[in-house]
Amino acid sequence: MVQRYTWGRKLFVAANYSLLALMALVCLLPLLNVLAVSFSSAAAIEAGRVTLWPVEFTTRAYGFVASKKEFLTSMGISVQRVLLGLAVNMGLTILTAYPLSKEAAHLRFRTGYAWIFVFTMLFSGGLIPSYMVVRELGMIDTLWALVMPGAVPIFNVILMLNFFRNLPKELSESAFIDGAGHGQTLWRIIVPLSMPSIATIMLFTIVGHWNEWFHGLIYMNDPIRYPLASYLQTIVVRLDMTQLNDPTALKFLSELNDRALRAAQIFLGMVPVLCVYPFLQRYFMSGIVLGSVKE
Amino acid sequence: MTRRNWKLELPLHLMLVPGLIVVLLFSYGPMVGTVIAFENFVPVKGIFRSEWVGLDHFRYIYSLPETMAVFRNTVFIASMKIVGGLVAPLATALLLNEVGRKLFKRTVQTVIYMPHFLSWVIMAGILIDVLSPTTGIVNAALDGLGLKKIFFLGNPDWFPFVLAATDVLKEFGFGTIVYLAAIAGINPALYEAAVIDGAGRWKQTLHVTLPGIVPIIVLLLTLSLGNVLNAGFDQVFNLYNPSVYSTGDILDTYVYRIGLGSGQYGVATAVGLFKSVISLGLISLSYFLAYRLANYRIF
Repeated sequence: MVQRYTWGRKLFVAANYSLLALMALVCLLPLLNVLAVSFSSAAAIEAGRVTLWPVEFTTRAYGFVASKKEFLTSMGISVQRVLLGLAVNMGLTILTAYPLSKEAAHLRFRTGYAWIFVFTMLFSGGLIPSYMVVRELGMIDTLWALVMPGAVPIFNVILMLNFFRNLPKELSESAFIDGAGHGQTLWRIIVPLSMPSIATIMLFTIVGHWNEWFHGLIYMNDPIRYPLASYLQTIVVRLDMTQLNDPTALKFLSELNDRALRAAQIFLGMVPVLCVYPFLQRYFMSGIVLGSVKE
Repeated sequence: MTRRNWKLELPLHLMLVPGLIVVLLFSYGPMVGTVIAFENFVPVKGIFRSEWVGLDHFRYIYSLPETMAVFRNTVFIASMKIVGGLVAPLATALLLNEVGRKLFKRTVQTVIYMPHFLSWVIMAGILIDVLSPTTGIVNAALDGLGLKKIFFLGNPDWFPFVLAATDVLKEFGFGTIVYLAAIAGINPALYEAAVIDGAGRWKQTLHVTLPGIVPIIVLLLTLSLGNVLNAGFDQVFNLYNPSVYSTGDILDTYVYRIGLGSGQYGVATAVGLFKSVISLGLISLSYFLAYRLANYRIF
């Protein structure tokens, strides 16, 4: 684009950069504040001296949080959930998307199958009946309750099937000519070619499972089985720090600030996402475009 | 005309079986359970032996004063989010489009997209700390400017707006990237033609950029129509408290409280069913409109 670099334009550019920088800061500053609080001493926090940088740097809050058994076990459960959920979700998504990507001429009842899946996006049974289904299947208090109810994410299936459709038909046709069945074609040709799409969906799935907290709360009766996000919910949002009953902890607590503890837990809950994000944001960004901008 | 080769087609059907089983169990199974809305459900007796009460629960809900308030809150909050979720990313995308330095552009995109990946538990934890009337930095800033401190999360007048604003803050990065991608897809020749006709940057934006992305704006808008009753359970549940129920309680949090909270399964399921049916209507309408206005087929 060509345009004259007038004074008006220069003013606009300056204002633009400032405004955008401000927006970025608004997204960033609350996180920085919480981070700073987590690394500051109790005295500094109570005196209100902590804004964006730690005052009287200390890792006491983190030490305490990391030593809490509940925190570590819930983190372990979250890791298990992410691994199991990833395997189940990706397997089912690919297996479901591949047949649906075929034309009706190649798959009888294709439209029927598609509607069965899509209808679940339009109407849901609701919270109570869903809970009862999980209970009747004996999944309460198990990892399966966290993984199975959302095991076929229809939105991802649709993204994937659109991607499969955009692959050249010649590839699968030449595979058939060479005598491959659908299974082999899928496994050996289609999946390797779809790695960008699969990788992106995998990343979204990992983040989704790590952050999901509600199912953990309702399907687990015993708090020891909460995944990390659910555990954080009970601590951070409900402001319930009254789960300490040993004297050493109580003494320790007097040197710690409530806010610092919460801040440390918040930050630890964010860490996986923050670590993964800068390196993979490229894939995240191209991933949204995959499903939304039509050719 | 391709002859149906059953041996070749069978694996395809078999591949669909696991997905079908899961969906039948966990999505259609609960749909059967919605009959609880019409029964006096007693867990011991089960679904099929509890006493049938017809529309009693619905009549009861209709008579409660809270129901109207909850419904109104839901629509109000959701509408604000939809409008904010349209305007903020669009404006940001247009502004980012004017930025020359690629590094700045990418950095801003990265930073504003990041909050999308935090769960509302984390975000609520941060907001509760930052917006606190006693220890939060926002109120400290207001105080420093000489303004009165505001109890953002405890004041029912402020609460819906806080919900909408923080949700937009968290999610606008996503929309911005979609719009930027759409803007990048506009034919450069159109800009050149506009320049030849003497259009300055502003006129170019108005007459080339905006019309070029109208399809995707319409698409995103119509798709979000179906969400008008989903004012965001995750967010509201983590940020609300009894003092803001009057303006902050939405359908989903209401169902949660009276259902799993106080055990009124029948009534809660009835409210949930009511919401699901209306949502079904709205979503179907929105997909139909998306198809007609933006030529978008879901599958």
